This record gives sequence, structure tokens and C-alpha cells, in this order.
Amino acid sequence: MVSRIGFLGVIARVFLWVFLLGLAVVVVYPLLWMVLNGFKTNSQLFGNPFALPVDWSFENYRKAWNRGVSDYLTTSVLVTVTSTVATVFVSAWAAYGLTRVKIPFSGFVTGTILGGLMLAPSVALVPLVKMFQAMGLYNSFWALLILYTAFRVPFTTFLIRAYMLDLPREVDEAAEMDGCGRWTAFWHIILPMCKPIITSTVLLHILFAWNEYLFAMIFTSGSGVQTLPVGLMSLMSKHGTEFPVVFAGMTIAAIPVMLLFFFGQRYIVKGMADGIGK
Amino acid sequence: MPTIVKRALGLAWVLPALALVGVFVYFPLAENLGFSTLKWDIYSGSQEFVGLENYRKLVDDPVFWRSLGNNVMYAVVSIAFQVCGALVLAALIESIRSRRWQRILRSIYFIPCAISLTVAGLLFYFIYEPNLGPLNHLLEAVGLGDLGRSWLGEESTAMPAIIAMSQWQGFGYSTLLFAVAIQRIPAEIYHAAALDGTGPVRRFFHVTVPLVREMTGLMMMVTISGAFQVFNEVMVMTGGGPDNSSQVLGTWLYRSGFVRNDFGYAAAIATVIFVITLAIAVAQLWVANRRRVEW
Repeated sequence: MVSRIGFLGVIARVFLWVFLLGLAVVVVYPLLWMVLNGFKTNSQLFGNPFALPVDWSFENYRKAWNRGVSDYLTTSVLVTVTSTVATVFVSAWAAYGLTRVKIPFSGFVTGTILGGLMLAPSVALVPLVKMFQAMGLYNSFWALLILYTAFRVPFTTFLIRAYMLDLPREVDEAAEMDGCGRWTAFWHIILPMCKPIITSTVLLHILFAWNEYLFAMIFTSGSGVQTLPVGLMSLMSKHGTEFPVVFAGMTIAAIPVMLLFFFGQRYIVKGMADGIGK
Repeated sequence: MPTIVKRALGLAWVLPALALVGVFVYFPLAENLGFSTLKWDIYSGSQEFVGLENYRKLVDDPVFWRSLGNNVMYAVVSIAFQVCGALVLAALIESIRSRRWQRILRSIYFIPCAISLTVAGLLFYFIYEPNLGPLNHLLEAVGLGDLGRSWLGEESTAMPAIIAMSQWQGFGYSTLLFAVAIQRIPAEIYHAAALDGTGPVRRFFHVTVPLVREMTGLMMMVTISGAFQVFNEVMVMTGGGPDNSSQVLGTWLYRSGFVRNDFGYAAAIATVIFVITLAIAVAQLWVANRRRVEW
């Protein structure tokens, strides 16, 4: 009897591993295929899709780089870095104000900022286009910086606020006794204590800004400030017959965030779990 | 300084956030409602008040209903895979004894979530491609060559193919969150259940499922809300075609406004998306509050 259960247990375990590893292959293989196709020629690509590249030349990667990917990458880095800095500071300020300072209508203010979490960007799209055209910012880097910040402040404030709520009150009292003003207390005491959640929000914002498509497509597609997701689509339409170059461009776009995820995984998971679990 | 001035000065901390959200999130939202009552050509600048005409047009528009249907299909399939499937998967991963392998598998499954939907969409555009795509070659290799087709080029398969890609891209995210939720369940509960002779399947239904139900509810709302905001992958893979068969509300909004220059109509579609996502958010708050009272 015992051995029969043991035997069934082994069978179940084998099935479990076959399933889990099979799923891993389904996830990884398409990505591997993408990277490898960047090393092929068009005729190799159309021959046998499963074949490995014949000569490992970086020619397609070089071509993709010179045909716009370097510009897209520069814009993406610029938009990502500036909007991350803006979003995290504005959100941290707001979170400090909501948790440590007595402000009038605080319930209303909290509700207004966090309520932005529920609103879909596509709903505001048409008025935003009109607004940015009127301001002369349509088709500019500023449009993305402003929109990425405005639409991510609610989520980022939500995460930092939750963390600040858990910081002990005594910290503020000690700061006040030392004669620290609010400004000093924020920069030198509260913000350093929030380092873990700041790291999470920075990484989550980078993932968002690097990959965002709707705003990037509407607000920059006609200009010289395209980000990678939009740029890849124009690479595709301009050089659509040279598929290996497109694959190389896709790989270049994907690698930075994949590296970021591998090194910052702990913080990304923590941020996500805190954000959604509360 | 009088207290009232001091307190008003405190508002300076929240002012940047309030201004950004007010001007760029709430104001456009309100303005959109007004726009949806206009017949509006953005290039010539002509605007004409037409009342509820755009909404009447919406009701008679077969593409609108098809788009809505596609969003619903998206939501249903995503609940099956990214909520139910992901919960089972997370429980299976947690049943492995090696902590290291748990971590490795979770990380592997998460990789597609880190890359953009544009890259993932383009990648699957090629995978579904009838000539160079590995999918048709694979079907041929296992003797199912008859099933091979132009996946994104046929009306009956375009939407399912896009949804399938989206499951591939997104299931790792919810799996990871469910894994975190399962890890928060005290180990003693599982030990007690195991001592009672409860098998793994019963443990899943009687311990895991009830104890992660808060996360399940939340993932449900996030998934449904996301399904009604789909845009990127459809735009990249089919642009809504062939013959509008894979149109969703987001892409139909875009096409109506930015391609067909009917911005009033686009605003009406945006209002529909707003009402749906708002209803979901309100439902989420309601469920969360009710639970808090119960406990």
C-alpha cells in the first residue's frame, strides 16, 4: 500500500516537472528565437525557422543601430530617466504631505491623487491631443515627460504613502526636537528611510516608461523624438522586408529591461506585491 | 504664524501632484464628456453640437459591438489563464521542495512581462507568420499541417491569436503575485492539514484558495480592467484587421478619431471605456470594504 502511494507520488512528481519545465521552454524559446534571428540572413530565416544562425555576425545589429535604433534608444533613455526622477520626487513630496503634515481637506486630497489610479489613459486621449497642440508641445519630448509623470503619480504616491504610514511617529518628533524644519526632515530623515520603496518605485517606473506605447505613438510618432516601442514599428514599416534587422532592433529594445529585471527583481517583486497586496 | 496659514502652507507638499493629476488626468476626462456631444473635425477645426448623436451612432455601429465583444473575450480568457491558471501554477510551484527552483521558475515565467508589448507583439507577429513562422512549421512537423494558416490574416483566428500572445506575455505577473500571497499563508496551517491526511488537491481547494481570495479578487479586477484597456498588442499585430475582426474599443477609438477624423465619435467610445473601468473600480472598492467589515 505504502509503496503504491510512493509510486503514484513519483509519477505525479514527474508529470509536474515535465509540465513546469515545458512551460519554461514555451516562455523562453520565442525570446531565444528572436535573439538568434538577429544573426541570420533573410534566406536563412525563410529556410528553416528552427535552424541556428550559420555565421554569427553582428551585421544586422549594426544595421538596426544605424537605421534609427540608436536615436530611439537615446530618446527612450532620456524620457525614462527624466520622467522617473519627476514622478518619484513629486510622489514622495505628496506622500510626505499626506502622511506627515496636517493639511486642510486631507481626505479629499488623498482621494483625488489616489483616485487617478482608476482612470484609463485612453479616456483622456482626445482632449490631451487638443491640449498639447494648443500648448505647442504636441510631437515633443515634453509631452511624454509630462504625461508619464502625471499618469504615474497616483500609483507611485500610493506605494510611497503606504510605506510612510508604517514609519514610526517618533521619528518626526525626534526631528522636531532637534529643530529640523519640515524640509530638512523630509530630505535627511524620511526620504532615506524610504529607500527600499523608492528603489521599487524607480524600477517599476522604468519598466513602464521604457515600454509605454499608447502615448508614445500618439504624441511623438510624427517627429524626431520617437521612443523605442514606436521606433520599432517604423523600423518595421521602413525595412519590413529585412526581417533580421527588425529582430535585431527588437532584441536591442528588450535587453536593457530584461537585465534590469534580473538585477532588480527583488525590488520589483516587493513593489508589486506591496502595491497590489494592500 | 497663525495655524490656519501654517496648515495652508502644508498644501505646498501635495500641490505638484494635485496640479499634474488635475490638469492632465481629471480635466481631460471631464472635457471628453463634452467632446462626445460634438461633431468635430480636428484638422479643419470645425465643431458642431450634435447632442447624443454620437452615442446613437455607437449603438448602430456593428464594429463598436464587435470591439466590445472582443474586449469581453479578452477578459474571459485572461481570467481563465491569468487568474485561475496562474493560481494553480503558483500552487504547483510552491509545492516543489527546492526553494532555488521555485525562484528560478518564477523568474523565467516573469521574463515576458518585463519586455514591452510592442516587442512581444512583433515577435508573435512573426511566429504566426505563415511562411517563416515556427508555428506552422511546428504543426507540420507533428502531422497537423492542415491546421496551418495565416493566423493573423484570417477573421476567425486573428483575435484568438492576439489573446493567446497576451496570455504568454502576462501569466508570469499574476503567478508571481499569487506565489507571494501563498507564501504569506502560515506554514502551520498546511502542516495541520497534512497531518489530518488531507491530500494536496483538497489542501489547494480548502486551504490555499480561501486564504488567497483577497488577492484573487484583486487580480480579477485588475485583469478585467486591463482587458477593456487593450491597445498596444492589437495595434502592433493587426491594427484591428482583417476587416475590423480584431478591433477592440481602444483601437476603434484611435481609428475613429485619428484615422477617420471623427473625434466626437472617438470621445463617445472613450466615455464607454470610462464607464466600464469606473464600474470595475467601484466594484473593487465595494468588495474590499465589505470584506473589511466582515472581519
